[in-house]
Amino acid sequence: MLKNILVALVLSVMAYMFYNAYSSYETRTELTGMSHHFASKGAEEVGAANLVTSIIVTYRGFDTLGEVTILFLTASIISFFLKLKSGDKEKIIRRDTSELLVTASQLLIPIIFMFGIYVFMNGHLTPGGGFQGGAIIATGVALMIMANPNISLNHNVIHWVESISGVSFVIIGVLGIFLAGGFLDNRMFSLGEFGDFFSAGAIPIIYSFVGLKVGAELSNILNKYQKSQKEI
Amino acid sequence: MNNEFVFVGIAIVVGIISIVLSLVAIHNKKLSVAIIAAGIVSLFASVLYLLMAAPDVAMTEASIGSGLSTLIFFYVLNKIKRSDA
Repeated sequence: MLKNILVALVLSVMAYMFYNAYSSYETRTELTGMSHHFASKGAEEVGAANLVTSIIVTYRGFDTLGEVTILFLTASIISFFLKLKSGDKEKIIRRDTSELLVTASQLLIPIIFMFGIYVFMNGHLTPGGGFQGGAIIATGVALMIMANPNISLNHNVIHWVESISGVSFVIIGVLGIFLAGGFLDNRMFSLGEFGDFFSAGAIPIIYSFVGLKVGAELSNILNKYQKSQKEI
Repeated sequence: MNNEFVFVGIAIVVGIISIVLSLVAIHNKKLSVAIIAAGIVSLFASVLYLLMAAPDVAMTEASIGSGLSTLIFFYVLNKIKRSDA
């Protein structure tokens, strides 16, 4: 009873706060501050057709580096807690996979991989980018694991792809200090023509590395979960 | 003006469906039903993001929220079930 009263009290206080915020809210008719700068100068300064990408990779590139680090930490913690037992490596899963799934996966997996790579390589032109493309690639890996439960993904390949992408991301960021205005500045290569595939300086390269890193990390998590399943 | 009306209509319908599905996810006794309901809520949220002209966020929500996290929940559910039995 007391618990319910407390919950109601907290909810009413929150409702009061939200009502205050709502009643004093006025719709802005024009952009202010930084958003005005991004919207008016972004295309000219960064040269990316997708303004969201130019903010994520260039103006707020340091935050993206932090996000990639957080994802890396998450993957490491999951690997740490999902320790494989000694018998896990040799066990064979005898559960039958549906024939529909196997046939469809043979057709779909290459297309899913290609779409994921398209999404992160065209991050500076169309919606999407490294994180989305990496997640799509991991979905393809998930389909592969589900269709062939006994497949063993090569750990070394995953780890090397992930490490090299992460290091290259930082190296390109540091190169920006020497060749252009600052850390992760994309103007170290020529900006090219606005809207071309080879444009926006370093953004496509950085986003491809982010995509590979995210894809490798998420695939690694899925692979760990598959390996630690108990059914035989 | 007419177009805007359709947008608001779709948004309201999608919002109501997501609220109902979140309640299903909380109150259903079967965990697998709850996981699927939570996945569909993510999918509808991505539709809402798309209506609000944020395709980048919509892609992230659709691929991670309704794709990968649903899958990982199922893996974990399977693992927990087997160790309880």
